Amino acid sequence: MIDRLRSLLRPVVVPLWMAASLGCAAAQPATPPAPVAATSIASGMAPRVLACVTCHGKEGRATQEGYFPRIAGKPAGYLANQLLNFREGRRSYPQMGSLIEHLTDDYLREMAAHFAALELPYPPPPAPQAPPAALERGRLLVQQGDAARNIPACVQCHGPAMTGVNPFIPGLLGLPRDYLNSQLGAWKTGQRRAHAPDCMADIARQLTPEDVSAVSAWLAAQPVPGGGKPAARLTGAMPVRCGGVDGVPVAGR
Amino acid sequence: MKASTILWSISSTLAALGIAAAAVITLNLRGEEPLPSAPEAFSSRPELVARGEYLARVGNCMACHTTQGGAAFAGGRGIETPFGVVHSSNLTPDKASGIGQWSSAEFWRAMHHGRSRDGRLLYPAFPYPNYTQVTREDSDAIYAYLQSQPAVAEPNRPHALRFPYSTQAALAVWRALFFAPGAPVVAPTQTAEYNRGAYLVNGLGHCTACHTPRNALGATTEALAFNGGLIPVQNWYAPALNAAAEAGVKEWPLEDVVALLKTGTAPHGSVMGPMAEVVFRSTQYLSDADARAMAVYLQDLPQHTVVPPPAAPPVASAMARGAKVYEQQCAQCHGDQGQGQPGAFPPLAGNRAVLLADTTNLVRVVLQGGYLPATAGNPRPHGMPPFRHVLGDEDVAAVATFVRNSWGNQAGSVGAIEVYRAKERRGM
Repeated sequence: MIDRLRSLLRPVVVPLWMAASLGCAAAQPATPPAPVAATSIASGMAPRVLACVTCHGKEGRATQEGYFPRIAGKPAGYLANQLLNFREGRRSYPQMGSLIEHLTDDYLREMAAHFAALELPYPPPPAPQAPPAALERGRLLVQQGDAARNIPACVQCHGPAMTGVNPFIPGLLGLPRDYLNSQLGAWKTGQRRAHAPDCMADIARQLTPEDVSAVSAWLAAQPVPGGGKPAARLTGAMPVRCGGVDGVPVAGR
Repeated sequence: MKASTILWSISSTLAALGIAAAAVITLNLRGEEPLPSAPEAFSSRPELVARGEYLARVGNCMACHTTQGGAAFAGGRGIETPFGVVHSSNLTPDKASGIGQWSSAEFWRAMHHGRSRDGRLLYPAFPYPNYTQVTREDSDAIYAYLQSQPAVAEPNRPHALRFPYSTQAALAVWRALFFAPGAPVVAPTQTAEYNRGAYLVNGLGHCTACHTPRNALGATTEALAFNGGLIPVQNWYAPALNAAAEAGVKEWPLEDVVALLKTGTAPHGSVMGPMAEVVFRSTQYLSDADARAMAVYLQDLPQHTVVPPPAAPPVASAMARGAKVYEQQCAQCHGDQGQGQPGAFPPLAGNRAVLLADTTNLVRVVLQGGYLPATAGNPRPHGMPPFRHVLGDEDVAAVATFVRNSWGNQAGSVGAIEVYRAKERRGM
């Protein structure tokens, strides 16, 4: 009997409720939704990574004219770490996160190895986009750091040529200025994270907005030496320990 | 009006409210036996834990009860509903915030009756309208598995639901109208395989939670089961599983249905959007026998005819614009005749996902792309690029209209407003 009553009531309650909610819709503020090791390169990867190239450029060679970073020729371990960071939410860019959400570690490493192995030329850099004083400030921070503020020089880890170090440390050249700005900004705010200890977050928090702007402008204006190939190893020790970077000596340890 | 009339009206209203409240309470408690008073002696053993792990995968518990990059089963994922956000709970054996103090009887009561350990009613975002069909034996196995997991001290996040949905009273009324505890439905004239499939599809698999339309109060009805529905807020259309025009598999070879569930791809269709997650986290782990049983049941669903809405022929200018976009962006993979490339890129000619009356999925796939799930049977899938940054709304609409009306395809046009809505709803 009670089920019969339910089936009689449903057609009454649901339209009544709809009418009532329409009436309340204006008064009821909507709650906003809650914030949301290299493998061997197998054949046939190029068609499998076509999904990457609409943003990262043909063969992953995005230029500095757009926003998206070039991925061709970046160190394999770095690219793999970034893919895992996107999939697990340490880096937040919804398009990247949802694209690779249901891919395995192995397959992501294979994709990383594919792009890392591409040796393709870089175009010349665009004209500098900052006044000379800002560019000089950027150059000093990149090449010498600021010991007084506990900011190491970029070149200490990213290599004297700033083309990165295999397999985990990325190069800093050939990237759009906007992309560099937004990465350093995202590290400051916690939007971009790396494996702990997140050394870049600590460094980015030491930088003022003017520092960030100067560093990005100077880096974006540099030509890429030696075809952008990452160095085989770091000559000195790293000034701080960084998560996700294995096998590199750290100063004072 | 006389005083006695007013008094009579008030008292009869109160009486009616009293009867309604009593009915709601009765309906919420029906079939519910009191919990055992003595502390239970639950004996776990490795086989039970292993069985529980398998069943927890079939039920895809982890997908909702784990945040992106978070500890397994520690809860906290926000499930968006039209009524607000429901946060999944911590299912690890942590004593303070997880289910460390729960007995198997309390766990069963949550699965079967949708009631928490402390007596609170649970929101049906936890699909207990389906899980109520799960047997006590299977519930105990899942309980044993969860209790074997590492405890994670992650406090539960409160739900963020709007009034009145945030109240237990509203939930009680909803349950009185739309929930009744169930049991496995066995069709005596059918094979054991069919009945096993029915048990998995309707119980732990909770396929109807998405593939059935929901009413204004977010409830599904059995009469419309498998007819397809737009998943609210997530905004993907879960196509009908009982219609040849949508995602029905009656005409497919059985092994293709099994392949779709286990690998995410089959000769005449593959999974994207929320179904990619289901295959990635759940159905790829099905035993061959269980995948086959589900396929047998899905093929035997009573069929439903979808009548496409009348569509005006597409506007020539939209077709011309769409053809240009197609040539530049799509033809390289999908072919100049929409024929695709077997094993890599799907054909668009005759593709049911392209032709659905509800164009949400087509528009979203163009905007955000996506990879098929990487599964043991298809470990290196191909993917579709996102075109959100490359194409404007008008171009997305034109190319969608073009693929829906080329190479023999015939379906309604897509307008820029539909692209705009797809973006707006998802905050893209």
